[in-house]
Amino acid sequence: MADIKLPAGKVEELKEVCKKLGNEGGELINALHAAQELFGYLPAEVQELVANEMNVSVAHVYGVVTFYSFFSMIPKGEHPISICMGTACYVRGAEKVLDEFKRHLDVKVGETTPDGKFSISCLRCVGACGLAPVVTVGDKVYGRVAAEDVKGILEEYK
Amino acid sequence: MEIVQLSIDNKKVVVEKGTTILEAAKNIGVDIPTLCHMKLHDMNIENKPGGCRVCVVEVEGRRNLAPACKTECTEGMDIQTHSVRVVNARRTVMELILSDHPFECLVCAKSGDCELQTMAQNLGIREVRYQGEKNSYKSDESPAIVREMEKCIMCRRCETACNEVQTVGVLSAVNRGFESVVAPAFEMDLDHSACTFCGQCVAVCPTGALTERDSSAKVMDAIVDPKKTVIVQTAPAVRAALGEEFGMEAGTLVTGKMVSALRKLGFDHVFDTDFAADLTIMEEGTELLGRLGKHLAGDKDVKLPILTSCCPGWVNFFEHQFPDMIDIPSTAKSPQQMFGAIAKTYFADQLKQKREDVVVVSVMPCLAKKYECARDEFKVDGDPDVNLSISTRELAQMIRNANLNFEALEEDDFDQPLGESTGAAVIFGTTGGVIEAAVRTAYEVHTKKPLPKLDFEELRGFEGIRSATIDFDGLPINIGIAHGLGNARKLLEDIRAGKSQFHAIEIMACPGGCIGGGGQPYHHGDVEVLKKRQHAIYEEDKGKVLRKSHENPFVQKLYSEFLGEPCGHKSHELLHTHYYDKKKKIEI
Repeated sequence: MADIKLPAGKVEELKEVCKKLGNEGGELINALHAAQELFGYLPAEVQELVANEMNVSVAHVYGVVTFYSFFSMIPKGEHPISICMGTACYVRGAEKVLDEFKRHLDVKVGETTPDGKFSISCLRCVGACGLAPVVTVGDKVYGRVAAEDVKGILEEYK
Repeated sequence: MEIVQLSIDNKKVVVEKGTTILEAAKNIGVDIPTLCHMKLHDMNIENKPGGCRVCVVEVEGRRNLAPACKTECTEGMDIQTHSVRVVNARRTVMELILSDHPFECLVCAKSGDCELQTMAQNLGIREVRYQGEKNSYKSDESPAIVREMEKCIMCRRCETACNEVQTVGVLSAVNRGFESVVAPAFEMDLDHSACTFCGQCVAVCPTGALTERDSSAKVMDAIVDPKKTVIVQTAPAVRAALGEEFGMEAGTLVTGKMVSALRKLGFDHVFDTDFAADLTIMEEGTELLGRLGKHLAGDKDVKLPILTSCCPGWVNFFEHQFPDMIDIPSTAKSPQQMFGAIAKTYFADQLKQKREDVVVVSVMPCLAKKYECARDEFKVDGDPDVNLSISTRELAQMIRNANLNFEALEEDDFDQPLGESTGAAVIFGTTGGVIEAAVRTAYEVHTKKPLPKLDFEELRGFEGIRSATIDFDGLPINIGIAHGLGNARKLLEDIRAGKSQFHAIEIMACPGGCIGGGGQPYHHGDVEVLKKRQHAIYEEDKGKVLRKSHENPFVQKLYSEFLGEPCGHKSHELLHTHYYDKKKKIEI
């Protein structure tokens, strides 16, 4: 595990959040949510920090992080791409769109490109089924995406 | 007390509300098979994730089968524990478990003592009808414990031992679904975690997923090397349990047969760690009196209570979890390491041999001893004071390898000079023993009077935390005892909070002390086995002519010829150590 230094400001902020949660193991998931929001992902060092602050073992924290797909130990890209795999999007060809993103970026779901620009994740329904299949890049939502559109979407961020 | 009445296998039973079907059945002599379930009665700890489903029973009127370990009895229940439906379900469950388990029984370290194997046998599984993917994991490279997680059945007993009994918190279930596995954080090897190597996870594992790192082949290599003089030392708890490996009743003392077996295996000198235990008492007792004297003289800087330091699992625990308190434990090395230090100086000199040509092997009830002897501070120019440490189980395996008929072996005596010991040393093997031994010597050294009685019943027993005040001829000495690291944690937290009234505390990592060590014959959760071993230890003490460490003539000789005085310059160099802050730091 590569040792990384955590920025002091964010560490203090996280400690503050943990304190508000009562430094108590029962609030672990909330603490992890806050940590991921702050750091973008949950590297080992952040998990150790959370374990310390919430008075639970690091192994337990890691167990929770690896159990829930929402938590990620890989930093998200500068432009996180999410492809909706909900029923409506799926039946309208989301998988083909996903495959196209994977092919263009040469990374798998849950991974980030080596230059740190893009990461791919899947999600279940953004509540815009009328626009299926839906893709989000950062906060921007793309509707009725076809495999042929993928190249163009990526171009916007290069 | 609310009671419920029910019927199990057509037999009426009355139990307290809240009792599980498993317990109710046990009350009337009905044995329901279990695999993941584990109940450590004296510790009030029960592992019942209800995960394996081997204990399912049929409850009249209930659609599905009920896991007996988790289902509470209710009024009027009508239970069948071995109906055709139940037995078929158990067989199916077993086949499903085996469908993701390697078929390596013939070469598995646990074969013959494996609960999974026994269960498969009892259920008469002759084929596994379910074929599919099998999990594979990288093996753990730690110096003491081998993790082969393909063999894990997710019973979670090791997690209970690690988190609840020991409060070490190194193991957790990680990942999800088919990928889930019990592992340390970030799926690193155990020696990159805060693992103490106490081996309690190994002691409770029902399969071969967790075993000790086997060093017996290396021991045999040393024995057959003509250039090496191979010395063996045996810990006190080994003699009270080794017989179990050969079908003898728990609590049978096999000291003489063990010595005989070691000689037949080819060790050049068969010595006793007990000798070094007496030496430990000389050093630790002197240190206790030294600190106490300073404290009574009004020295505010002196640290009390003094904590024993013979248990390497415990040393690892406080180095990782209480690094702010590393100046409180005694600096005395453990008996294993004291023995090594003396064997490779004093005794090697007597043999006129270089230390590199002397190989010291220890037989220990412990897996943490494997880690301890590999610690850098216990090496001189890279040569360890103790070269190899094997467990009671590994010694038993070596005896079987040599095809010795253990029960028929004659009784032999240890060699001298490092084989002589007193009753005080023997009781190191049980919780409360080290501090009782220390009291026997410290009392006489302090008061300069002979002890009125040698058996300190107030220090004995099985309670997780015990305390007693011993009258040192007008000076009351408060003594604390904890066994199991969870109990140790409670005493340490009191010290940290400034609430502790103790002058001295004995701590053993394993429940029961060394008799319940991670390297002992598997007791499969039966605490009665530990009590019998404890009884055997006290019996051996009673039978000894000398029962106080300072009366050991060879220890006296060692001081007069070689060491000088306890806690003197040479003792400090050879018999004392220091501790490290091992808590992981987060870089900011």
